[in-house]
Amino acid sequence: MGLEEKAGNLGFVTTTLETVVNWGRTNAMWPLTFGLACCAIEMMGAQASNYDLSRFGMEINRPSPRQADLLIVSGRLSRKMAPVVRRLYDQMSDPKWVIAMGDCASCGGVFNNYAIVQGVDEIIPVDVYVAGCPPRPEALIDGIMRLHAKVMQEKIGGKPHTHDEQIVVEQKDTGLIQVT
Amino acid sequence: MDNQTVVVLTQAAFPNTLTEIDERHGDLKLRIPRESLLVVMQWLRDHAELQYTFLESVTGVDYLGREPRFEVVYHLFSFRHFHRLCIKVGAPEADPVVPSLTGLFPTANWQEREAYDLLGIEFSDHPALQRILMPDDWIGHPLRKDVPLGYEEVAFTFNQDRIYAHKPFAKE
Repeated sequence: MGLEEKAGNLGFVTTTLETVVNWGRTNAMWPLTFGLACCAIEMMGAQASNYDLSRFGMEINRPSPRQADLLIVSGRLSRKMAPVVRRLYDQMSDPKWVIAMGDCASCGGVFNNYAIVQGVDEIIPVDVYVAGCPPRPEALIDGIMRLHAKVMQEKIGGKPHTHDEQIVVEQKDTGLIQVT
Repeated sequence: MDNQTVVVLTQAAFPNTLTEIDERHGDLKLRIPRESLLVVMQWLRDHAELQYTFLESVTGVDYLGREPRFEVVYHLFSFRHFHRLCIKVGAPEADPVVPSLTGLFPTANWQEREAYDLLGIEFSDHPALQRILMPDDWIGHPLRKDVPLGYEEVAFTFNQDRIYAHKPFAKE
């Protein structure tokens, strides 16, 4: 008994190769198992059963950067740790994306001092910034959805990577709004 | 065992060595010159009636503007008598060297490295006096009071264009 007998005549769909490729990438975007600080707890919360990131095809964290597509920098990044993060990013195979989760990863947060990198965009290109200290799992999921939307707009020739096209997500009392 | 016993025993063994004896909230604090640190600490550790066998912590302090500028604080603990003792040693800015206690208490190794890393206090005869927290190529000792905190200007909407123009954003 095949699918045809169950579902009848499925017909056909016309689309573009870009859409199919991007659709595949958004729905199997595996994050790297990588946590830095308290934001990592919220990231784990987002992946656990209550918030269930597997709804978006992200149920599996890869412990190897070779198999990961998404680097969620979850927490403050010390200057001593910075070369390690850069190496992890370099080891990830293209296409790859980066989410700066939380205020510390985005801009240094409250740790405006000698020991903390003032925003991970100084060492790796960031696609989406998620504000919050720490952001709730909803905020992280919203950031991931916005990253998915960004990936869906990518061209087959490669992804654009300039600072102007980065998306900033800000958390407000009423919910999540996009600033720029 | 009470604090008075410790003071009497120490003073009998090392006359004219204790430069300060202080007791606050029941905790005893002794200040000794750094030249006699090793002898006193070994005596405190091996004395049959004291047995301060556990070095709880080694801490460096920077009293900028005071002489001596640096101070190393040792907390000893005697499991035998359940008693704590605080030993303080000063080190001047021109010569911030204190003898290492690694030979007596192996736990002093990393704690002295931390004091060296963050404050620049040097411990003579330390087996490997290297940085432990800061990156190896770091210049300076960040917890010294005369070192700037490393503040960067915070970007808001009204000044972000000026700041982002100089910020070293990473490229692909």
